Amino acid sequence: MRGAVQNIRTIVPPIVAVVVILAAWELTVIATGVSPLLLPRPSVIAATLWQNHTMLLEATVKTAIAALCGFAVAGTLGIIGGSVIAAVPLLRRSIYPLATILQMVPLVAVAPLFVIWLGYGLPTAIAASAVVAVFPVLAATIDGLRSVDPGLKEIFALAGASSWTRWRKLDLPASIPTIMTGLRIAAGLSVIGAIVGEFVSGYGGAYAPLGIVVMTAMREARTDLVFSAVALSAIVGFVLFGVVSIVGWLLVSQWHASAQSEVEISR
Amino acid sequence: MSDKPAVACEELWCTFAGGRQALAGVSFRLPAGGLTAIIGRSGCGKTTLLRIAAGLERPTRGRIRFVGADGSTQAMVRGAVALCFQEPRLLPWRKVVDNVALPLELAGVSRRERVARAEKVIHAAGLDGAQSRLPAQLSGGMRMRVALARALVTEPAVLLLDEPCSSVDEFTRMQLDEEILRVWQTSGATTLLVTHSVSEAVFLADTIVIMRRARVHSIHPVSLAQGSRDRTSREFSLEVEQVMRLLAHAAGVVLQ
Repeated sequence: MRGAVQNIRTIVPPIVAVVVILAAWELTVIATGVSPLLLPRPSVIAATLWQNHTMLLEATVKTAIAALCGFAVAGTLGIIGGSVIAAVPLLRRSIYPLATILQMVPLVAVAPLFVIWLGYGLPTAIAASAVVAVFPVLAATIDGLRSVDPGLKEIFALAGASSWTRWRKLDLPASIPTIMTGLRIAAGLSVIGAIVGEFVSGYGGAYAPLGIVVMTAMREARTDLVFSAVALSAIVGFVLFGVVSIVGWLLVSQWHASAQSEVEISR
Repeated sequence: MSDKPAVACEELWCTFAGGRQALAGVSFRLPAGGLTAIIGRSGCGKTTLLRIAAGLERPTRGRIRFVGADGSTQAMVRGAVALCFQEPRLLPWRKVVDNVALPLELAGVSRRERVARAEKVIHAAGLDGAQSRLPAQLSGGMRMRVALARALVTEPAVLLLDEPCSSVDEFTRMQLDEEILRVWQTSGATTLLVTHSVSEAVFLADTIVIMRRARVHSIHPVSLAQGSRDRTSREFSLEVEQVMRLLAHAAGVVLQ
């Protein structure tokens, strides 16, 4: 019973906030008479979503695949790269500062390079997604691995465990809460990366992903369709973020304070 | 005669980076199968000595030898020397049974065998029913017992205890002391206990080494019979008082 009340307390406030914002938006547009070319009403956007649901659903699936693949690549590279960098002091001093600087290069400026290297289409969208999402995972992995309790490392040293064994049985599990924070940030970024990748490398026509739907709709002055595609890309990001958060919670909720404090904060 | 090795500390010197001298020519011998306690003020080198014996630190000079019944130096196989730290140092995501079985897992023992051996020491440590719990679901005293069980699971020949009761209340400490005494008597391991508590040292040890400023100040054999020490008896109080005087002398403090 207490759990149900807790869930209601967690879920209801954001839903109420969304409903209030949409209602205020609808009423403001009606009251001020703003042109639908500038700002369509939420009800119009909803109608557009419904009328174009087949095309938009396909576009959403394509963008979701690009974001998911980019996220998977970023997660894998971030965890493996972070583990190697954390283990080798020379790499930590040389590669890590370089990675920090490189992640400040705007993705929009770099994305055309992926078109040159990988061609138009899905590979470029995946690459753009992975590049923008990899740094938070890399940084979180390095931080997590470097923060492992030295006292626990001594337990493994006493048993004569190899570095590989210690990484599998201590370093990685102990770093999961920190790595999950990096993965949650990467989940949102991977959708942004995929959309930017689609902007520069997209494939039009009936197989267009959300990034191209946005660009095409903008050129055709279909503001309602732009909003529809934006809403769907946000949903893709939200779902990916949510799934990563749930997986993270399942992994650490029993033993780590971060999962418990989230419940405390939401109270 | 015990089949466990004696431990000989021979002219141990240890100087840390920055020049702090932790040990300055420490020599003494732990009898085979005996329980020796080291007491002394904070920073006198007790824990460093224990860490060198465990192989976690290297002495600047000198050595520790594990001596067999025939007087020959024995090489210690993995798991033959176990260390129980001041803090439980449990892996928070592992159940009690998996924490206890960790040294066996790292030694490549099969899952079935290590669980069976872990269950045995869990029972000996009075932790029946806690096998499936996570460390966060245990009290401080229970966590320390899990750490003790983990140290014992490899059936070590040499057991090193670094203030295992320092983080628990007085009543739990007395209970843990009983556990330590029982497991020591059962295992027969040559045991070295570092403690700040004189009464704990008198209750458990057959020899007490008093350290002062990185050196051995004196070695005191406990005159009370092992296993029948009553903390409330007059003999026990007299023994504690005698050790307190030695400790105060080592620290340069006059007892009132």
